Amino acid sequence: MSAVLDQHGHGHHDDHAHHPTGLMRWVTTTNHKDIGTMYLWFSFAMFMVGGVMALTIRAELFQPGLQIVAPEFFNAMTTYHGLIMVFGAIMPAFVGFANWQIPMMIGAPDMAFPRMNNWSFWLLPPAATLLILSFFMPGGPAGVGWTMYAPLTVQQGPGMDLTIFAVHILGMSSIMGSINIITTLLNMRAPGMTLMKMPLFCWTWLITAYLLVAVMPVLAGAVTMTLTDRHFGTTFFNAAGGGDPVLYQHVFWFFGHPEVYIIAIPAFGVISQVIPAFSRKPLFGYTSMVYATASIAILSFIVWAHHMYTVGMPTSGQLYFMYATMLIAVPTGVKVFNWLATMWRGSITLETPMLFALGFLFLFTMGGFSGLVLSLTAVDVQLHDTYYVVAHFHYVMVAGALFAAFAGVYFWLPKWTGRMYDETLGKWHFWLSIVFFNLAFFVQHFLGLAGMPRRIPDYAPQFTEFNMISTIGAFGFGVAQLLFLYIVIKTIRSGAKAPELPWEGADTLEWTHLPTPAPYHSFETPPVVK
Amino acid sequence: MNSDSKSNGEPMRKVSSILIGAGLALYAGLSAAERQWNFQEPATKVAELVNELHLTMMAIILVIFVGVFGVMFYSIFAHRKSVGHKAAQFHENTTVEIIWTVVPFIILVVMAWPATRALLASRDTTAADITIKATGYQWKWGYDYLKGEGEGISFLSSLSTPRDQILGKAPIGEDYLLQTDNHLVVPVGKKIRVLTTANDVIHSWYVPALSVKQDAIPGFVRETAFRADREGTFRGQCAELCGKDHGFMPIVVEVVSQDKYTAWVADQKKKLGLDRPVQVATAGAAAAAPAEDLAKKWALAELVARGEKVYEANCVACHQPNGKGTPPMFPALDGSKIVNGPVAGQVDIVTHGKAGTAMRAFTELSSTDLAAVITYTRNAWGNHTAQAVQPSEIAAARK
Repeated sequence: MSAVLDQHGHGHHDDHAHHPTGLMRWVTTTNHKDIGTMYLWFSFAMFMVGGVMALTIRAELFQPGLQIVAPEFFNAMTTYHGLIMVFGAIMPAFVGFANWQIPMMIGAPDMAFPRMNNWSFWLLPPAATLLILSFFMPGGPAGVGWTMYAPLTVQQGPGMDLTIFAVHILGMSSIMGSINIITTLLNMRAPGMTLMKMPLFCWTWLITAYLLVAVMPVLAGAVTMTLTDRHFGTTFFNAAGGGDPVLYQHVFWFFGHPEVYIIAIPAFGVISQVIPAFSRKPLFGYTSMVYATASIAILSFIVWAHHMYTVGMPTSGQLYFMYATMLIAVPTGVKVFNWLATMWRGSITLETPMLFALGFLFLFTMGGFSGLVLSLTAVDVQLHDTYYVVAHFHYVMVAGALFAAFAGVYFWLPKWTGRMYDETLGKWHFWLSIVFFNLAFFVQHFLGLAGMPRRIPDYAPQFTEFNMISTIGAFGFGVAQLLFLYIVIKTIRSGAKAPELPWEGADTLEWTHLPTPAPYHSFETPPVVK
Repeated sequence: MNSDSKSNGEPMRKVSSILIGAGLALYAGLSAAERQWNFQEPATKVAELVNELHLTMMAIILVIFVGVFGVMFYSIFAHRKSVGHKAAQFHENTTVEIIWTVVPFIILVVMAWPATRALLASRDTTAADITIKATGYQWKWGYDYLKGEGEGISFLSSLSTPRDQILGKAPIGEDYLLQTDNHLVVPVGKKIRVLTTANDVIHSWYVPALSVKQDAIPGFVRETAFRADREGTFRGQCAELCGKDHGFMPIVVEVVSQDKYTAWVADQKKKLGLDRPVQVATAGAAAAAPAEDLAKKWALAELVARGEKVYEANCVACHQPNGKGTPPMFPALDGSKIVNGPVAGQVDIVTHGKAGTAMRAFTELSSTDLAAVITYTRNAWGNHTAQAVQPSEIAAARK
């Protein structure tokens, strides 16, 4: 790769001359960097809202008895915590990364459809508003869990309808974002950048975007059937009219399982950029990583019913889903081994992005272990809908996706802002996060093994001590995230000026071919990749 | 969950300050002697198999854990720039890639054998001695003994923990939240087949020590089975979110000796009038009260006393102990136009439910119970109609 920096658009003319300023700049922008920034801030805001809900849950569960919230409000907290974290926080965060990074990593001037890009983002605030508004509807917010199982959903008040519409809109936003990403990646790569030369982050997003396009309509179908069952006399999920409540679960999890990987795969992408950069060594098996990611994506379509072992499916069905689920461990293992082999005999430094990447590697593998346990149907029947499952998916989602997002923010913040974050505070953020995360969630494995069901506002006294530890961990984790907000604001306002190449081992186009900070318009003439 | 629930709740209740309370509660919690780190002690062969399978998997995981994180931490310590390690530039090695694809695959194939064995054992519902139907209601369980010794027995089982304990007005007692008014009683060593279904939304019948968890799906019947190999009381809970009081519909299975079981069956049949030569019991809900005498005229005080109990078991969750409900989802009965209006209007709602709301037809309650609870609500709190509703009126409305 050429070492000549693309200064075009930086010094030659004023970037800010030909677009509106103030609020209208953000409303009308079609710039991938602006939109990426909005995605990231939006997802952080949602992360805070969902976090407050999580802390409400944990506060109520600090000790037996009902102290803080009524049971129906508790159910609403678990419902909206899940929906907001999945659809409002984690997914938009990675779309934010995609917006910032994909054009810069493949040498494109912007996304393929800049106006649709704007619309994809601006659909999110109305959807979030609908979710929040459902709290003020008669009958209150829906208390059905993020999975929204029928027929409980049919009993809810109008808050349920707003939630369904919010899911529709969020789905539209995701589909449009995905179409944009696929088109950008397939059509706008710089000359010489073949698919197999793309940075792994781009590959993971290409695969994720296909997953999204495939499954978001399925979710839309599931919630639309709920809507018509509620209001238009259909009986998709009502046995009295020839329907079946379990149909909803099949449709939902046909979306829901790939959704798990929609969240995890871009995180794999971020980690696959960060670990080689801080090990100063190329990724061990680029090709096998691409194939492993694709295998995971394909397998994710054929394992959905492992979320439903207790609904009473035939034994042959349970056996099939068990074997298929166990298979996922193989490509996931390949990824973990690849990251380890990348670090092996490298020249490792432990700046904050690397710490978060290693935290990801450790905790995600732990989540994989509990996933192995849960893949065994007979064991899963015991653990299904208990706190063991809650622990498992928080290890995969928080430690997987969120830690990867933090790694990504610290890694690219110098490129985005031209300023360095405070390394000491960043390390504090990491250590507080990982300690309190484990405090909050590790003990939940024991609760689940002992038989504490999830989604209950009150529990038997023998579960008290682990619940107390978990609550303390959750509050510590929550406070640690305020430190993150402080670090980011401090970086933007008064961070030290970042060097042109802050990370010795970073070798993708945004580092090698663009100045720091990246100019508002980059790669107006594409670089040539050899 | 059996018998290991010595309360640590008592000291924490008395401390008014939240902060001090939290500190003391944590101390009380952490100093509790018993800590449950693993599955509850198995009470069935299947639960033992599951336990063994879990331990085998944990052993394999431990080995992988040591291997993977050993490599990770070794390279973090040894291959650091600060200790002067220069990065090697090797990458892509097909042999290594094949090894770390094939080895995990072989481990999984090996694991699949015991996993399949345990699954097949847990799914065997054949040759049952006793068949019981468990019906999930919002928010209690109904049991009907369909086949085998005890056939015809039928009762409801609701949470018996006083609400004062839940709301912090009384100290938490033993078996808090895991106690019911009526236990499911079964004989030891006999294969019990449980058919699950539900009346309203999906529930899940979960008893950890028996290794049984089966969703109860409205409109469908599912099955599971267990054979307890020791006597004891085994406690579980509904495991599928079913609305407001999902956390308050426990399951208590009492496994007793064959003799005790026979005695219990005789006792139940006497209570239900099933021991008489002529009986009118039909299947399901109607069997709950075959002995009721619809012609009997009840006094107001009798009905109110009985109605209060029915109210506490069936209505209090939504309409609240003070009759104020939690509007707009669950309307108030105190001062309600319907409760203070014509009797027929209230009888209609209670017997047929109200479409589009959580108020359903209480078909599982006897006419006497419904008459009592309606009378109670019409004469409780600020309602003073002084009217006594007789069982015959309910029976007429139900036709």
